[in-house]
Amino acid sequence: MSAAPVLVFGWGNPSRGDDALGPLFIEALEALALPGVECLTDFQLQVEHALDLQGRQRVLFVDASLTAPAPFSVDPIAADKDPTFTTHAMSPQAVLHVYGELNGAEPPPTWLLAIRGEKYELGEPLSAAASDHLAAALSWAREWLTNEGATAP
Amino acid sequence: MSFELETAAHPEKLKRVAIEPVSRVEGHGKVTILLDDNNKVHQVRLHIVEFRGFERFIQGRPYWEVPVMVQRLCGICPVSHHLAASKALDVVLGVKHLTPTAEKIRRLMHYGQMLQSHALHFFHLSSPDLLFGFDSDVAKRNIVGVAAAYPEVAKKGILLRKFGQEVIRHTAGKRVHGTGAIPGGVNKSLSKEERAELHKDAYQMVMWSRDAVAIIKKLHMQNPALYNSFGTFKSNFLSIVAPDGALDFYHGALRARDAEGKMILDQVDYQDYDKVIEEEVKPWSYMKFPFIKSLGKDDGWYKVGPLARVQNCDYIPTPLADAERREFVDFAGGSPLHATLGYHWARMIEMLFAAETIKDLLNDDDIEGDNLMATGERGREGVGVIEAPRGTLFHHYRIDEDDLVTMANLIVSTTNNNHAMNMAVREVAKKYLDGKELTEGLLNHIEVAIRAYDPCLSCATHALGQMPLEVTLEDCEGKVIDRVYRDAHGLQSTL
Repeated sequence: MSAAPVLVFGWGNPSRGDDALGPLFIEALEALALPGVECLTDFQLQVEHALDLQGRQRVLFVDASLTAPAPFSVDPIAADKDPTFTTHAMSPQAVLHVYGELNGAEPPPTWLLAIRGEKYELGEPLSAAASDHLAAALSWAREWLTNEGATAP
Repeated sequence: MSFELETAAHPEKLKRVAIEPVSRVEGHGKVTILLDDNNKVHQVRLHIVEFRGFERFIQGRPYWEVPVMVQRLCGICPVSHHLAASKALDVVLGVKHLTPTAEKIRRLMHYGQMLQSHALHFFHLSSPDLLFGFDSDVAKRNIVGVAAAYPEVAKKGILLRKFGQEVIRHTAGKRVHGTGAIPGGVNKSLSKEERAELHKDAYQMVMWSRDAVAIIKKLHMQNPALYNSFGTFKSNFLSIVAPDGALDFYHGALRARDAEGKMILDQVDYQDYDKVIEEEVKPWSYMKFPFIKSLGKDDGWYKVGPLARVQNCDYIPTPLADAERREFVDFAGGSPLHATLGYHWARMIEMLFAAETIKDLLNDDDIEGDNLMATGERGREGVGVIEAPRGTLFHHYRIDEDDLVTMANLIVSTTNNNHAMNMAVREVAKKYLDGKELTEGLLNHIEVAIRAYDPCLSCATHALGQMPLEVTLEDCEGKVIDRVYRDAHGLQSTL
């Protein structure tokens, strides 16, 4: 079975307040069942996620952000070395770089959707502000993902 | 009692260096070093925020939710928490023996977890230091650098981890937040198709794991002066072992040996862990310091994890891994190897054991069985212990008549290694930092010692925009003299 042309990959911990933005975004998007779009989620990015990028035409990474302007920002990202790697987290740029090293090819065009979060306490629900940011991000993504020719936000 | 370099005599006269390997919204790790004007080291402490908040989070929840909830402790070893909680709640339900299918499915899940975690640790966290050197160009000292210089090594690491994740997905039912283990058993076995999909790659994983042992063994043997001495200190070892003394990651009883390999305790039922292990609180650390009660807090601290397990057991019940274990023991020369960098070699022997065990389980028809649950006489309290990738993991729960959790106590692997990690960092600081100017390469030596243990830093929160490493130099009054941080572009000074 060939991979869906568009991959949307969100990450975060559903039990830590606004860190749930990534998984909640994926949950809501998956419910829309957009044709040609595959949704994946995990606690954090890791090296094997480079394999999930294979065969894609476009990729959208989604994470909560402490620093993005509210409600969200979208930026194209390129492969980059990541000297900050630990076993517990990996940057999206480094995942693209691993893809290139493994496949000897450029990774698919990739964007990073950074949704502004405010509170990250254990056991807390999504904050009201983050909930509004999530709705805005979903509204944007729905349009972007259904426009097959879209290459930039 | 205070250990050497744990507490300086006159901290008010010293400079303070803080290394923050990882800063998280919730948990974080930090090393503080106190130096005098000649850069002589007087005090070194590793601080890691612990999971006490999570224990409170669990209290008041129905017990059957716990095996799923605890997976949110850590994104790297959620299966270990999932299974330790399930084992504790088996005891609450009075289930003394799982059905053969349930036990084998849980073992398959757990050994998949060990395989993927060990592969990630070695190939993508430690190998950049080991293959390029601790003082090498920081821009190369990462997995991307490994992928560029050793593409086959990096690729095998990724595919080993991917295979482990697939084992977890098929046994736990989902890629993340699986529900496979439930109190009393499991809720699914493998279908023929799932079994076949895993089986076709299982032998390849054994061979690649064997290759990985060869890499680290060669590195260690090529430079024994460094590998045997870096951050090395003697200690006791603690782990669980099978009734016959075999290495077993899933189930067993407590065993501890002293620094010379003599038995301190053996075959202690872990339901009684609190009779043999106590946790000390120190005013300068959030994380407790466990020790073996009979030896006291000064002498009873211990190491857990691969280095302890491989030397605590009498044998490994798979042939290739046991052959490697014997070579490891022979290399140590008749007494236990205490080298911090020996963790990497032991870890790869364990990865080979995990790969062989997965292969054997996939050849066992019980994993397709349909008898998934056992029952027993209901109790109110249970302890579950498992050997997680980083070491022995304890989950202890009490449940009330309404099925709600009233008490939860977790001793995670990182807590068990708390004193040992502090010792490793002090040894490195004493040898490599004393009297020298601080450089990124020297500070990386500290991180190399920490990485060998790979402490879990309450890692499940990791939103974009955080700073992974920060070094702050302060004077005795706490005024910041210099601050250096490392971001995606490398090392940068902010002052």
